[in-house]
Amino acid sequence: MSSITTKGPEVKVPRYLTPGEDVLIRTKAWHPMETGWRKTHDGQTVERNRIHTFTCAFNGQEVFSADLHSGVSANPYMTFYARVPGPGVFEFKWIADDGAVYTSAARIDLAKP
Amino acid sequence: MTHLELSEVLLSRRQVLAGGGAAALLASLAGLAPLPAHAEPADAEAKLAELTGGVTLQKGRISIEVPPYTEYGKQVRISIEVESPMTDADRVKTIHVLAERNTVPEVASYHFGPLAGQARISTRIRVATTQILLVAAEMASGEIYLAKTRVKVARGGGGCG
Repeated sequence: MSSITTKGPEVKVPRYLTPGEDVLIRTKAWHPMETGWRKTHDGQTVERNRIHTFTCAFNGQEVFSADLHSGVSANPYMTFYARVPGPGVFEFKWIADDGAVYTSAARIDLAKP
Repeated sequence: MTHLELSEVLLSRRQVLAGGGAAALLASLAGLAPLPAHAEPADAEAKLAELTGGVTLQKGRISIEVPPYTEYGKQVRISIEVESPMTDADRVKTIHVLAERNTVPEVASYHFGPLAGQARISTRIRVATTQILLVAAEMASGEIYLAKTRVKVARGGGGCG
């Protein structure tokens, strides 16, 4: 299936951290999220291939994770909040049924006074 | 080629009707079985009980924002907020989203780790037909809250889960 693009996932994390404020993180992976019931025009069933797990960690500590099923739209988009103690690196990971793993990372620094 | 008696070849009107009826019934049964039919609300409730471990579900604390009417079921934006300070003592552990009449009622489960901020997420889901969405929030204290919302869909999610 050629609909799996080579485009990497997109992540939006603010560049600077304001102490006492939660950080809004927006993520989007480019993936068709095939349910396994769709048929092509030749009558061939397209094999099931979904992103089943998403995880977000900050300096190795877990922030947020999700188990996704067929009910999640193609190109899964998610927003959530993180409450982090200081500067560091967010690591994002998407795992698909066909074994593909997509990763992304974003750095956040303390706001300059 | 073997010779056939006339009585073997010609069926009576009654036999034809009976045979035809049986064939039609068989065909309809065979046709029904492999289709990914929409699930029933009971399936979603059973799944929810499996996910939550049979704890009594309480009302309140969850607010769901979803368009009440949508033209296109493949991308329905949904935002969920659970009232919680997200301190160590009082925090949300997991949010489950289920769609009663999707082929697979389970939509997603979101787990909040120790560094999670507000118990607030937004995402896009597939909604097969007009139906009720269930959102359950598991708290660290073991309480589970349940909220329901209705989504009306003009065109479904296209064989979606």
